[in-house]
Amino acid sequence: MAGALRRKRQPIIGVMAVQGDFREHLDTLDAVGAVGREIRLPADLDGVDGLILPGGESTAMRKLYTRWGLAAPIKALATRGAPILGTCAGAILLATKIADGDEPVLSLLDMEVRRNAFGRQLDSFETELKMQSLKASGGPTALRAVFIRAPEILRVGPAASVVAQLEGGEIVAARQGNVVGISFHPEIAGETRLHRWLVEQAATARRG
Amino acid sequence: MGKRTAPAKTKVAKSTWATKRGLAQMLKGGVIMDVVTPAEAKVAEEAGAVAVMALERVPSDIRRDGGVARMSDPDMIKGIQAVTSIPVMAKARIGHHVEAQILEALNVDYIDESEVLTPADDRFHINKHAFRIPFVCGCKDLGEALRRISEGAAMMRTKGEAGTGNIVEAVRHIRTVKEQIEALKGQSEKRLRAAAKEMRVPYELVKLTVKAGRLPVVNFVAGGIATPADAALSMWLGADGVFVGSGIFKSKRPAETAVAIVQATTHWANPAILAEVSAGLDEAMKGIEMRTIPDAERLSSRGW
Repeated sequence: MAGALRRKRQPIIGVMAVQGDFREHLDTLDAVGAVGREIRLPADLDGVDGLILPGGESTAMRKLYTRWGLAAPIKALATRGAPILGTCAGAILLATKIADGDEPVLSLLDMEVRRNAFGRQLDSFETELKMQSLKASGGPTALRAVFIRAPEILRVGPAASVVAQLEGGEIVAARQGNVVGISFHPEIAGETRLHRWLVEQAATARRG
Repeated sequence: MGKRTAPAKTKVAKSTWATKRGLAQMLKGGVIMDVVTPAEAKVAEEAGAVAVMALERVPSDIRRDGGVARMSDPDMIKGIQAVTSIPVMAKARIGHHVEAQILEALNVDYIDESEVLTPADDRFHINKHAFRIPFVCGCKDLGEALRRISEGAAMMRTKGEAGTGNIVEAVRHIRTVKEQIEALKGQSEKRLRAAAKEMRVPYELVKLTVKAGRLPVVNFVAGGIATPADAALSMWLGADGVFVGSGIFKSKRPAETAVAIVQATTHWANPAILAEVSAGLDEAMKGIEMRTIPDAERLSSRGW
């Protein structure tokens, strides 16, 4: 009976809400019928089955993560196998190395990123992107990607793999197990497939 | 710095509505701080600002000095761009198409067509659709907000009364926008068309706004925020984030005040944290009572 009830409970997806476009991520979760929760303090992470790190300013997020001790419980969540998706600034927070000196924040994805790698706002762009499906069975799929003062993934380490590149070869999505970092913003492009994947993974991880 | 350009084969589109509006979306839940020197820009970035507004004088000094306030010296803007990695915004006078072109040439991240500067055109705001760079504009009510959006503004801020350290006008303006959207909910198409005509904006824009229950672009609060509690009050009233002008660098302890306002903007709904971050900041900026400001000196009345 208890098992049946537990199976019925939908996974809870945390969305880091210290700063950034967290509402767009919560709206996207809502659109795919999932339950989202705003996370500002470590206690908010209790009972969360998956996590999204939204876009925004990584320097501001870094200060807020440090001030409130958010890194350790997020790392613990990843260790338990919960899926984590970082978009733009979120991907910077996930990286093991940040070019030009900044210390890494979460070090959950074996990759080096460079902030604002494509330039300032006038160089922000939209394009069609081919991305490797995150599901074991799927092949590459096309999606609309919006890049805003976006970071570039300069290289991925042995623990991670490349999931998407621009035609010029720039890496813009990488994955290490259940942790995915992307340079762009599905949440403002009406793109729901990555959120669906995260929710499915969260349900699987919770059933453990 | 390894600046790369996007690949050419697949269609790559820049300065689209999604990228213009999108940058504002990324600034949400954050604090945009007025800075007049590179050193202040560093203080702002260190405190966790999501962007800086580069200008020559903060609004309280513009108010004190009088005279015509114009776009900042490009060298000053470049100096700030050189030291910070967060977005840099700059102000153009209302209707000053050429100041905006200069700011676009300087590759700032956002232009604020601002009533804090002396208006250059008494009839028209800048046609913001004509620019690749996104614009933020001020508003006091729904009609003003929608007129600016229909001119191409990709972000709004309620005006408040800049340089006063007094939050009362800011509260009035965000409440007004909210109440006017509320009042249109559930109204017939005929009534909405009448409202659109009265506000001199396209019906489709009114329809979109009423359906969403909020402005179709990000809306920050500005003009009079002087304490962490003021920032939190703005968020409580439904702001997407805050602009702080004179409130930081006219306080006794700017670095600490900046940090506290950043924390309060994130944790606006948590009074225990607000109590903690509000403590020990010494004096906030002095502040001005509204009744003492003659109508002719009210910055928020500029723009139409």
